[in-house]
Amino acid sequence: MSTYYASLLAESGILLLGALSVYIILATGQLSLGNGAFMGIGAYLSSYLTVALNVPLTLALVISAIAAGIIGAIVAFPALRLKGIYLAMATVGFGEMVRSFFLNFDAMGGSGGYRGMQHISVGYVWLWAGGILIAVMLLERSRVWLEMQAVHDDETAAGLIGLNTTVTKIGAFGVGAAVAAISGGLFAHHNVYIEPANFGFDRSIEFVLAVILGGSTVGPGSLVGSLLLVFLPEFLRPIADWRLAAFGTLLIVVLLVRRQGILDRSLIRTLTFRRAAA
Amino acid sequence: MSNALLQLTGVTKTFGGIHALSGMVCEVPEGKIVGVIGPNGAGKTTLFNTITGAYRADAGEVKLKGVDVTQWPSYRIVREGIARTFQNIRLFGSMTVWEHLLVAQPHSESAWRRLLPIAWANPAAQERAEEVMAFFGLTELRDRPAKSLPYGIQRKVEMARAVTARPKLLLLDEPVAGMNHDEAEEIRALMIRLRDTGLTILLIEHDMNFVMRLCDYLYVLDFGVLIAEGRPEEVRANPVVLDAYLGKDS
Amino acid sequence: MLIQQLVNGLTLGAVYTLLALSFSLVMGILGILNLAIAELFMIGGYLGFTLITAGFPLPVAVLGGMLGAAVIAIAIEKIGYQPLRDAPLVTPMLSTLGFSIILQNVATNIWGSDPAQLPDEYFGKQYAFGPVNIGEMQLIVLVATVVLVALVAYIVQKTPMGRALRAVAENREVARILGVSADRLTMLAFILSGSLAGVAGVLIALHYGTITPYLGVEIGLKAIAVMVIGGTRQIWGALVAGPLIGIAEVLTVAYGGSQVRDFVVYGFMILILLLRPQGLLGGARSDQGQRV
Ligand SMILES: Nc1ncnc2c1ncn2[C@@H]1O[C@H](COP(=O)(O)OP(=O)(O)O)[C@@H](O)[C@H]1O
Ligand SMILES: [Mg+2]
Repeated sequence: MSTYYASLLAESGILLLGALSVYIILATGQLSLGNGAFMGIGAYLSSYLTVALNVPLTLALVISAIAAGIIGAIVAFPALRLKGIYLAMATVGFGEMVRSFFLNFDAMGGSGGYRGMQHISVGYVWLWAGGILIAVMLLERSRVWLEMQAVHDDETAAGLIGLNTTVTKIGAFGVGAAVAAISGGLFAHHNVYIEPANFGFDRSIEFVLAVILGGSTVGPGSLVGSLLLVFLPEFLRPIADWRLAAFGTLLIVVLLVRRQGILDRSLIRTLTFRRAAA
Repeated sequence: MSNALLQLTGVTKTFGGIHALSGMVCEVPEGKIVGVIGPNGAGKTTLFNTITGAYRADAGEVKLKGVDVTQWPSYRIVREGIARTFQNIRLFGSMTVWEHLLVAQPHSESAWRRLLPIAWANPAAQERAEEVMAFFGLTELRDRPAKSLPYGIQRKVEMARAVTARPKLLLLDEPVAGMNHDEAEEIRALMIRLRDTGLTILLIEHDMNFVMRLCDYLYVLDFGVLIAEGRPEEVRANPVVLDAYLGKDS
Repeated sequence: MLIQQLVNGLTLGAVYTLLALSFSLVMGILGILNLAIAELFMIGGYLGFTLITAGFPLPVAVLGGMLGAAVIAIAIEKIGYQPLRDAPLVTPMLSTLGFSIILQNVATNIWGSDPAQLPDEYFGKQYAFGPVNIGEMQLIVLVATVVLVALVAYIVQKTPMGRALRAVAENREVARILGVSADRLTMLAFILSGSLAGVAGVLIALHYGTITPYLGVEIGLKAIAVMVIGGTRQIWGALVAGPLIGIAEVLTVAYGGSQVRDFVVYGFMILILLLRPQGLLGGARSDQGQRV
């Protein structure tokens, strides 16, 4: 495998984690347009830990995930009062605040960025990405996931059948933030250079795009979306300059004709059935 | 009365200028089917909403087995033993019948088990779901998306969802509204069977005849005020009740 | 120089006002966030820029930016909003995001991602009012904003269509029951909003004398904050919040706080969302609980 394709593969693994971070939060009916910020927190914190304090990378990632998870839960608490578009706008605001913070965070380079991380292999990236994808797919079969679905479908009714919707929503935000932080940590150590612009609104949007395109009702949808966003441009070489327009169009088409995204429960069933029959 | 399962004293709820419920006093004894009747807009659903914590009462107390639950969040009230259905059916759009019966079960397992796949970690929950599904005759429809089912069956799924939570008290908000005679009779039979298993039922119903043949005791609301109570035959004979009903619709 | 800063702040605030008004026309009436407005603003800017450098006079440039943006707004309404009108409100917002991605890409391919510069001879004149210097373009921005706001106010307050729009903004259900022709109103809201964004784009591009395809995201997100601060269900909230934020920004920069500028604006927006969701100008919150 050429280093070029290896690096694309690593990119898609990193994007997969970002997409999953949005997916987990979306599963409770909350749309976050600010997960780039959690990614940034994970990137900066893990880089600081490995570069300045010589903490081993895996441990640094775990610490960053926990820290971002706590921040996510803290952010989610006031956000409980907000729904739909209002929540989305608040998360945009949060994302911009965090980006602005890193721009002014001179201890780690401010707008000049931060470097000095050890490069990691694509295998290490996918160890995390694949592991977390499998964990999410297992989680999708659990009681907790049913509770998240209930909150997603009808929050009031969920409370009235005995579910603690507050804990569910805050928990989803916390876990989503933690997954985004791991994505950020991997990004930082794969790119070996980070700057605040890496974690702005565009990044948050990219995550959402991967989820909506790939499939927003099943975990593997995020995998499809991430691979699509990273590898489709390779097949579109002749129109490389227009790849973003192609994704924008694809997004609109998907929303119009297949709102749940490319992959959904019934498509998975068809695919796995065929494989079993063959 | 000390053997009352549910006890309300002076429960009041207003919306802007509307007194949806004024100084409601009532008791539901264990093991009985109690009815709440009254014309449209009388405050019956509001009563259920304040009992279950969907609305905060402006004044008054709701006690379950002597425990004051008035200020509790809904989910704690449910876990303490009050489950309900809704006048406008509120099933979860993305779930099958089976999933409805799993999601509403009491939260006895540890957090870790709730994070693991149900198939591995919760055999008891699955047994319970099977049992309730069979009781309500829903076994055939196990994997159907609940919202795609006919209206009458959706009502049964909602009841089943409430029952899986193993409540002490079941609140049913117009469980036979919009049903034909046969369907309504089936629900009535189910309610009696539920009562015979020891469940207490508080029931809102519009149709006088239906409650007459089913309830042990009735409360009559009009404009948020309790205007009469008593055994069905007493209530039927009460001129105040006839007035409230004849003055309005049906 | 405080007065000078106030004037500069007012100019920036004027652009925020126009753009926030553009967002709130759609948000206040339909309850959806049209994210593509940010890019309509940017495209309007490029169109104006192109027309001016091609030698056309300013009014033609403004008109060009306005029409271009309005036409795209119509397309967005037809393709991206109409078919999704019954979906959850987040869905049409995502489809406008699709348009926003496309428009930014188109602009990058046509005009390049490097900043386009306006030669100095355009609108370089400065007028001195006592100690205060006002650039020619600054003056144009301020006057144009007043005129445009007055125009929108006239349309919304005095014309029958405008009144119907407000009725819908106040209560979407009632409007549906009364049978106010929703399709035409929706279209009107999109066109008004798109035109405003286009003009705002022309004005700011000429004022700064430079433009990039990323102008929309930078200023558009800020304008969303301004709209929220003014009150999302309050079309006129932007009139207060725009100048307020414009001046606050210029002052923080002038007095050494340039780094905290964005932090403060977005923080303020979040506080408003949490503590006063009806916005600075909104009335009391209704005491009707959610029905169960
Ligand atoms: N969430 C609410 N907001 C405002 N008014 C309400 C709300 N819920 C109920 N009401 C009002 O309270 C009164 C009683 O309603 P309800 O309890 O639904 O009556 P019923 O169930 O007996 O038909 C009605 O006038 C209704 O409009
Ligand atoms: Mg009712």
